[in-house]
Amino acid sequence: MGTYSSIYNRIQIRGPFDPGVPLRNSSDTRIQTKTFSYWLGKIGDPQVGPLYLGWSGAASLAFGFIAIEIIGLNMWASVNWDPYAFIRNLAFLSLDPPPAEYGLNPLVPLGDGGWWILAGFFLTTSIILWWVRSYTRARALGMGTHTSWAFASAIFLYLSLGLFRPILMGSWSEAVPFGIITHLNWTASVSVLYGNWYYNPFHMLSIVFLYGSTMLFAMHGATILAVSRFGGEREAEEIVDRGTAAERGALFWRWTMGFNATFESIHRWAWWFAVLTTFTGAIGVLLTGTVVDNWYLWGVKHGIAPEYPSVYPAYPIPDEAVRSMVQ
Amino acid sequence: MAMLSFERKYRVRGGTLIGGDLFDFWVGPFYVGFFGVTAVFCALLGSLLIFYDVSQSNAGMNVFAWSVNPPSIEYGLGLAPLDQGGTWQLVTILACGAFFSWVLREIEICRKLGIGWHVPIAYSFAVLAYVSLVVIRPLLLGAWGHGFPYGIMSHLDWVSNVGYQFLHFHYNPAHMLAVTFFFTTTMFLGLHAGVILGAVNPGKGETVKYGEHENAYFRDFICYSIGPYGIHRLGLFFALNAGFWSAVCIIISGPFWDKGWPYFFDFYLKTPAAIGNVAY
Repeated sequence: MGTYSSIYNRIQIRGPFDPGVPLRNSSDTRIQTKTFSYWLGKIGDPQVGPLYLGWSGAASLAFGFIAIEIIGLNMWASVNWDPYAFIRNLAFLSLDPPPAEYGLNPLVPLGDGGWWILAGFFLTTSIILWWVRSYTRARALGMGTHTSWAFASAIFLYLSLGLFRPILMGSWSEAVPFGIITHLNWTASVSVLYGNWYYNPFHMLSIVFLYGSTMLFAMHGATILAVSRFGGEREAEEIVDRGTAAERGALFWRWTMGFNATFESIHRWAWWFAVLTTFTGAIGVLLTGTVVDNWYLWGVKHGIAPEYPSVYPAYPIPDEAVRSMVQ
Repeated sequence: MAMLSFERKYRVRGGTLIGGDLFDFWVGPFYVGFFGVTAVFCALLGSLLIFYDVSQSNAGMNVFAWSVNPPSIEYGLGLAPLDQGGTWQLVTILACGAFFSWVLREIEICRKLGIGWHVPIAYSFAVLAYVSLVVIRPLLLGAWGHGFPYGIMSHLDWVSNVGYQFLHFHYNPAHMLAVTFFFTTTMFLGLHAGVILGAVNPGKGETVKYGEHENAYFRDFICYSIGPYGIHRLGLFFALNAGFWSAVCIIISGPFWDKGWPYFFDFYLKTPAAIGNVAY
């Protein structure tokens, strides 16, 4: 039993650079970076790369670069190309979607939100190409594509916010602006505009899975570190050929709470919690303004939100606020 | 017996912190120990008090409306009559007793299994977040009434109302940090779970893959693989930071900042660099 370190690596090993296992069905070869990082080695593996770029990776980076350029140059233009004003205001600058009068018109003047549509197009293309890459890299290694489908759940939330819900609402103006403070302001405002998102049951579910994911990673990460003196971090090996690390990890939870996962099933719990965080969040987004206009009043109507008669005496619930809601 | 096929050889004597061999036994799958007894005592008594308090309200069988409420602010840091929030005070004491017992019981189980204390240390961060809400912050504000009510919907109402008392809680910098840690932890969890499941479930006709392929996947994909040990360290670190900054963000709200959180960022607009230059 050697020394094991919980916070950082006290000893770093510099073996030969690992060029990676052979790839199949790949048009390209890996970029052999041959780089080690002392500081990355403090928390994890010191080896950086190799990297497989391929056509989807190269195209994704190019599209992403164009999106960032459109956003950044629009921000810079908004301060009359003053470089100092650009840096000072950077946190507050924004590229906003077209105003409501354009509806879903794809041909909006560039200065009036057209650049937002273009930036959104390039960013979305970049993200989808990055997803393709997550899929093809797994297949090239003969692995399952579970990571890709988890990533797809996050992309579903992104598209719900920026594309699907604006389409359902009939207006680009419903979408999120590109900006550091402004996208946070949008998030804060949309909650209040639609009557307090805390009472959106899918927002509640999303928070449950978000907290649950964090709890699961604390439980799982701590368990693996605790049994690492028995080699427990080699999880795939322990899954197919159970050793004492997996047995002790399982028994810890069994003795603590009467139930235990296995080394494989804990990753299924983890995968579903992470995936459902963004998936239920996306459903909550898609229902807002389309099916329910005011989540607080929806909650009052269904007996889950309190009324505050001293603040709002005999506050009437307008019928149109809860029209056509899911009963 | 509720025992796994390999469990017998691990059920050995020892590792207790208190009580020697007296409580060193199992009930079904559960290890007991001295702190198992105290945990069960606190949890049972606390639950009974919760049910008693709820039975005195008019919530009926609507479980979502069940709530054990803290005393009114006017009781300050004193004890309140049972039907005026005193039950909440007892339940809080018992909950702390149960959570502390659980941490210590986990330590006994770790000692028995010869594994690190990472889980009880991690769990104590969650306990810290709870204690921040119902003990530390009420103490700093001078009234137990600042604790949150124990009810399914009522604790959510409390979160919403306290959040909007500060105009908008999203602008609390510690809340921003906590949210960032929560989101990032969840992303790391999805990535880690995905690659492990992908390695051992490679599809028909494929052989199972191990660490070499897990490393190769993330190096090919994002140019870096933190490695099998590192990912658990990173995930645990981010998860604990989520809990820690959550505790910080509520402790500073009130005791150390009593304006709306959006005003916190006025400090930036008041810097010489920003005056007359930042239009917002």
